[in-house]
Amino acid sequence: MIGARRLALANFWVAITAFGVAAAMALMQALSRADLALPWRTPKMYYLSVTAHGVLMALIFTTFFIMGLGYVVTERSLDRPIKLRRVGWASFGLALLGTLLAAWAILWGKATVLYTFYPPLKAHPAFYIGAALLVIGSWGWSWVIIHTYLTWKRENPGARTPLPVHGYMTTIIVWILATIGVAAEVVLLLIPWSLGITEKIDPILARILFWWFGHPLVYFWLLPAYVIWYTMTPRIAGGKLFSDPLARLVFVLFILLSTPVGFHHQFLDPGVRAGWKFFHSFNTQWILFPSFVTAFTVIASFEVAGRLKGKKGWFDWLGALPWGNPAFSSVALSMIIFAIGGFGGAINAAYGMNAMIHNTAWVQGHFHLTVGTAVALSFMGIAYYLLPRLTGRELELSLLARIQPYLWFMGMLLFSVSNHLTGLAGMPRRIYQFDYGGSEIADQWVAGTGISALGGVLLFASALCFVAVMFGTGFAGKKAQPQPIEFAEPLETPNNKAQILDKFWIWVLIAVVLIMAAYAWPIGEHLATPRFGSRGYSPF
Amino acid sequence: MKVDLYEKIWMWAALGIVVLFLASLGFSYIGRAIQPPSHVEMIDPEAVRTDEEFGNPGVTINADGSATVVVQAFMFAFLPQEIRVPRGVPVTFRLTSADVIHGFQIVGTNGNTMVVPGYVSQFTTSFSRAGEYLIVCNEYCGLGHHVMSAKLIVEEGAGSAGSVGESGGVR
Repeated sequence: MIGARRLALANFWVAITAFGVAAAMALMQALSRADLALPWRTPKMYYLSVTAHGVLMALIFTTFFIMGLGYVVTERSLDRPIKLRRVGWASFGLALLGTLLAAWAILWGKATVLYTFYPPLKAHPAFYIGAALLVIGSWGWSWVIIHTYLTWKRENPGARTPLPVHGYMTTIIVWILATIGVAAEVVLLLIPWSLGITEKIDPILARILFWWFGHPLVYFWLLPAYVIWYTMTPRIAGGKLFSDPLARLVFVLFILLSTPVGFHHQFLDPGVRAGWKFFHSFNTQWILFPSFVTAFTVIASFEVAGRLKGKKGWFDWLGALPWGNPAFSSVALSMIIFAIGGFGGAINAAYGMNAMIHNTAWVQGHFHLTVGTAVALSFMGIAYYLLPRLTGRELELSLLARIQPYLWFMGMLLFSVSNHLTGLAGMPRRIYQFDYGGSEIADQWVAGTGISALGGVLLFASALCFVAVMFGTGFAGKKAQPQPIEFAEPLETPNNKAQILDKFWIWVLIAVVLIMAAYAWPIGEHLATPRFGSRGYSPF
Repeated sequence: MKVDLYEKIWMWAALGIVVLFLASLGFSYIGRAIQPPSHVEMIDPEAVRTDEEFGNPGVTINADGSATVVVQAFMFAFLPQEIRVPRGVPVTFRLTSADVIHGFQIVGTNGNTMVVPGYVSQFTTSFSRAGEYLIVCNEYCGLGHHVMSAKLIVEEGAGSAGSVGESGGVR
């Protein structure tokens, strides 16, 4: 039984609840795609629910789940209790307070600004203050993990940092570098403006700061999933990690490459010079490399699992993997989906092709593959593994748990492929209706949106299964002696190889230089140019 | 650091793909001068409606046969509602917003830009196919976002004899 168990569980329960509410919002959006005339379906409800779905899934579910998993992974792999547990609880409280404030503003229709909250759309101050508290809470959590790690290092001089903690330290570094951007946006620009202290705001400056944060944010989601893929799933599959140093190399590359890439979300913005957009486009392509390496290492680790079970031949090992165990199948399926998402990502990052798909349905098709499946499905899978071990209860409704990843996989393929296609055909994202006065051009999207609605219904069914299993296990599961939480052993112990990959300060230093090159100059240039501000609008 | 032979091959191949992607980006940027669409020009969003240019949005045919289209975006419409341009000539779009951020996307083409208050967006393209195109707002701008649209009509005209220029490639 681990010391920070209750702290981890508190974070998990907030994450699971947010996930359940957000999934309910998504059902309504999916049915909107089928254009069904439902009584509660109005533009106000639609855009409100898109905002709630985005914020709860992408910011609340992910952040709380990552914080909970961080406590478990750090404590178990360092084999020492989390330090500063009180700071952990205070951080949890702050983040929860922030969540409730923002949720109140959204559900009462005072913050229908979507989860990108671009000014001059103006929400109730509670929305921005809530977002700030969530980020401050996550910084507190970061400090708890860093402090525990540093204490462990002092107690174990010369010992190799365990890989799960190495992955989590990179997660935290990426998060801190990223949140500088959004903290500046929210605290310096949005909060004073929404309170009426400042009258006007510069929308492009806000977008630059938002995307400084917005792209590394996706690696803040993805890196804990990589920690699961590298250090937990191979063990669950009965195998060993194929290569420990390469996993560390991948983590370190994300410290360098995560942040200086944000302008690839702003290829079509005015007010940013072409050269900066090109520089960020160039940087972005490199991110493919660590993900390619991950695909090899993790799949090779699965092959090791199959071969340890005595399978020979080229593909026989695939059949020996525990496909009926949702903690494994979720990750295997999410990796297949992530491969498709990766190729789409390379297209998004090339500005020539980006002009065809920018802000179309393609974009939501893309990120539901990456964060919506590679990350979310991996988190769900590891929740099946962790919850019984943390609560000391057996997994309830295990049949639902077993089919849930497959349901999600099928639903997401339907949803995402159809969104990619309608996006290529020019359908904008985030629209309540797509009639456009009976336009024949808009008519050609109908088949695709119908399929995406069907996919959405399957996804909702899958989400219901997950939430039912979680609450069933947490509150009604049979008491049982919990099994230990274990990590994959590497095929070859890392010993002293590539020690430099554990010296985080070197990589942070290079990352800071890269961020300065990518952002300090363009922001300085921007601030030096005479600009006009915008007053706020709340058309919702 | 010892790396397995197969993984080494895989890593070099992955690196090769990334370098190929970078080379194709670099070639289009330098070799063919295809740059990310960009334009830096400021305008007071409160003066858009009285501005000489954006207060009178519409199409101008220039002396060289090219066209300039000035568009004003606001919640929840574009002005002009109907844009007529000749086929096959360079068409320069100049846009700005009088209120929040909008998108301007000519469906089925790479004519796509953000329209941000305080800034003028500008891009040049050409249309090789005559006919009617749908223009939609693709950035959430409020409860009327999904009705914000306009029409583009590409006409066979005097100026349409020329071939599609380097900046074109629009279907």
